Amino acid sequence: MLNRQGRPTAPGSDSTVIHKTFTGNRALQQIEPLIFEIGSMDQTGVDIDAPAPHHKKLGAFERKAPIGLPGLSEPETMRHYVRLSQKNYGIDSGLFPLGSCTMKHNPRLNEKMARLPGFSDVHPLQPQSTVQGALELIDTLAHWLVTLTGMDAVAMSPKAGAHGELCGLMAIKAAIIARGEEATRKVVLVPDSAHGTNPATAALIHFDVRSVPVREDGTVDPQVVAELAGPDTAAIMLTNPNTCGLFEKDVVAIADAVHKAGGYFYADGANFNAIVGKARPGDLGVDAMHINLHKTFSTPHGGGGPGSGPVVLSERLAPFAPVPFIRKTDAGLQLVEDEAEAKKHGAHPFGRMTAFHGQMGMYVRALSYMLSHGADGMKQASEDAVLNANYVRACLADLMSLPFGNKPCMHEVLFDDTWLKDTGVSTLDFAKAMIDEGYHPMTMYFPLVVHGAMLIEPTESESRASLDLFIATLRDLAIAAKRGDTDRFTGAPYHAPMRRLDETRAARSPVLKWLPPQPILEAAE
Amino acid sequence: MRYLPLSADDRSDMLARIGVDHIDKLFADIPRDKLLDKVLPLPLAKGELEVERILGKMAARNKTASTTPFFVGAGAYKHHVPATVDHLIQRSEFLTSYTPYQPEIAQGTLQYLFEFQTQVAALTGMDVANASMYDGSTGTGEAVLMAHRITKRNKAILSGGLHPHYAEVVRTLSKMSNADVVTLKPDLRAKENLIASIDEETSCVVVQSPDVFGTLRDLKPIADACHAKGALLIAVFTEVVSLGLVTSPGEQGADIVVGEGQSIGNGLNFGGPYVGLFATKTQYIRNMPGRLCGETVDAEGKRGFVLTLSTREQHIRREKATSNICTNSGLCTLAFTIHMTLLGEKGLRALAEVNHANAVMLAEQLAKLPHVEVVNEHFFNEISIRVKGDATKLVDRLAHHGIMAGVPAARLFPDQGLEDVLIIANTEVNTNEDRAALVAALKEAM
Repeated sequence: MLNRQGRPTAPGSDSTVIHKTFTGNRALQQIEPLIFEIGSMDQTGVDIDAPAPHHKKLGAFERKAPIGLPGLSEPETMRHYVRLSQKNYGIDSGLFPLGSCTMKHNPRLNEKMARLPGFSDVHPLQPQSTVQGALELIDTLAHWLVTLTGMDAVAMSPKAGAHGELCGLMAIKAAIIARGEEATRKVVLVPDSAHGTNPATAALIHFDVRSVPVREDGTVDPQVVAELAGPDTAAIMLTNPNTCGLFEKDVVAIADAVHKAGGYFYADGANFNAIVGKARPGDLGVDAMHINLHKTFSTPHGGGGPGSGPVVLSERLAPFAPVPFIRKTDAGLQLVEDEAEAKKHGAHPFGRMTAFHGQMGMYVRALSYMLSHGADGMKQASEDAVLNANYVRACLADLMSLPFGNKPCMHEVLFDDTWLKDTGVSTLDFAKAMIDEGYHPMTMYFPLVVHGAMLIEPTESESRASLDLFIATLRDLAIAAKRGDTDRFTGAPYHAPMRRLDETRAARSPVLKWLPPQPILEAAE
Repeated sequence: MRYLPLSADDRSDMLARIGVDHIDKLFADIPRDKLLDKVLPLPLAKGELEVERILGKMAARNKTASTTPFFVGAGAYKHHVPATVDHLIQRSEFLTSYTPYQPEIAQGTLQYLFEFQTQVAALTGMDVANASMYDGSTGTGEAVLMAHRITKRNKAILSGGLHPHYAEVVRTLSKMSNADVVTLKPDLRAKENLIASIDEETSCVVVQSPDVFGTLRDLKPIADACHAKGALLIAVFTEVVSLGLVTSPGEQGADIVVGEGQSIGNGLNFGGPYVGLFATKTQYIRNMPGRLCGETVDAEGKRGFVLTLSTREQHIRREKATSNICTNSGLCTLAFTIHMTLLGEKGLRALAEVNHANAVMLAEQLAKLPHVEVVNEHFFNEISIRVKGDATKLVDRLAHHGIMAGVPAARLFPDQGLEDVLIIANTEVNTNEDRAALVAALKEAM
């Protein structure tokens, strides 16, 4: 076969044998060594003028020994990281149904706004008169958060969800100290379905964790809470919607039970995306709730951060919010940065969560998302997120097992591995086979309350066509698993940049940094 | 709405497939009287152009660092970031990925974390580093808790040269977890006697170098004194560029090193997001907080990387975890490691030298001014001066004239007798003209 220029285009053979390549590369999938293997101590990708002559003022502290940092030129650097990026799966690559993580579309307008020099090129300790616009942005975002949640105040500075949990529990502890009950109120109730960060956070500030069993239907029983709560109870930490993908239908009774015992209601807001504009935590009896701006409000997950976890607070806890906070004055917005100043304004901050004022870059992105969606669009987004999850549920319920029955879920649907019994395929195998089909796996083995959990959160960002293909793929996989086509699963993934990785080996003798190769000693003759 | 792909027809078809006739049937578990029946009182959806206008207006009300002679530091520093860095961190595969729980499709993230850990270990002179913390201040809080776990003691001693925000984070965490903290008085001239405060109950001593006033501290004698009493030395830095020119904390005997990495690869961003660096000795690995990336092989024997030692972490250990940390500073970590790769040893040293030279020149010029005293003997790129009168008012006056002179110490240490102290940072971005403008303005204002 010839093309119009008369050159051959068809392959010369029909062979389908896959040959090993000389380089080990497979076209776009290229093996990329570590910078320590390709860089050198004399190379640099940055041109810096020599300093003016000067007498060093380093005393005895001048570094003598080499550091061990290889450099790369700019084109080499570019290629290194582009090649690395090609080994990663992101939301922009495909459907990313990671339950409880809300992998929704990250609008690029957010990125553009966060890079406006007026936000990105201002220092946290400039005179406050020179950053009034930055304070206005934080204050505006705070207004949106308080309005969407129906709460009284918000502590903006926590750096991530778990940091927000810590902030919320510290506010609760401060309130308990103010009541003179710190010696007796030491227990935090945590349902078995909670994220691991909940008990870890409670333990970090020396609360005793008391588990709350989850009842048959996947939710918490207010009767059980009432029995477990008492004069020793500081708080309950309840995720709502919970990690089984269900709204805690007795949330008001649970709140009442905890309040009646003299405790506070901490809500884990990781799953707020299901109910924005549909219900307000403040109406449900919540005293404190962190909001993951990197989940519900679309700031990028960035391979594991940075996050941002502002905490909304009830009237009872608001006075204990940490510094800094913003107050309105006749002269403009004032950032209150220390306890003495805070006390002048009637506040009793429990302390400080972090240096400076929090995750400004994430605030800009979140507000950009909120302004784009508006109150109406965010309500629609929550409805679509819930609709998409229920569509997946409805279309897979006949093949996969739903531990709490085939009933409506919120923005994520939870399957267990009962349906895989006797197939020789585990939840892990099933997840790895999804990789071969071009999907990021769902959250697996969490929550812990069901066996072999598969938690699927499609988010509102998926089109119907995308969902239909995803559903068809899972159906095909499920049928293959049940048919006994186990090789497709137990050896998976076959087509990813790497085959399955040995995590046990990594943990047994940890290699946590690159080490120069040891010279191989010649064996004595 | 441009972010929502479902059409009205899709929605009704899907509801039908689910078997309900109204979207609110899916929200039936929300108590009837709590389900909102109207849209909340907030603005409605807007196009890109309008959002840009609103946020652009807010941004325009702030004075940016690049448009003035800029000497503000004290924990966050204005440096030049190569264009390559911001381009690369915006690649979708980095930007929109998650914590690498599925290593077969996350080798990009895992390999750069492994490289980052190696770079940080080398810079700090320590055996191992983790995959980053939220920032330097929260990392310092975690380091103190880690020291308590290792020594089974619970008293921390904080140097008066430690950034007061860092000290406050440690005090807050300690107050809430019933641990003791002794904070020494603000130590403008590095004269404090830390060693005298170390006793048999001391778990750790936290020292910052260069300290918050800019002075380089001798860590070795403090490390020796700590070790003699069974305590650990936690060495802190807020200016990572200093490690290009200054002996590493590891060489000086530190047991845990924590620092702020913002200066490399990351902008000022009004205080965040930043990237916490955290390193320690091999024997303490299992007491470390945060994510760790380790080397392994795949089913074909090829080298690859995974998150490891997760039995320390909250998602496995729950209330017995070493920390509640889940997120790290992923993308800021990436920015750090790309910038550090561009610099390499050669570039980092050159950058550090320019920073130091600029600060030396400024110190010399300021020392010649009447009514000004430079307090530091040994420093890297930041100095403190005593001025005539109130430094806060001076800074405000100079800001009014378009010069960002530095951070008044009283903003960080209110009511501590430091009203006449000004902390001045000087990096590679400051030109001779910038310095001349600052010196002239100070002279005129006093």
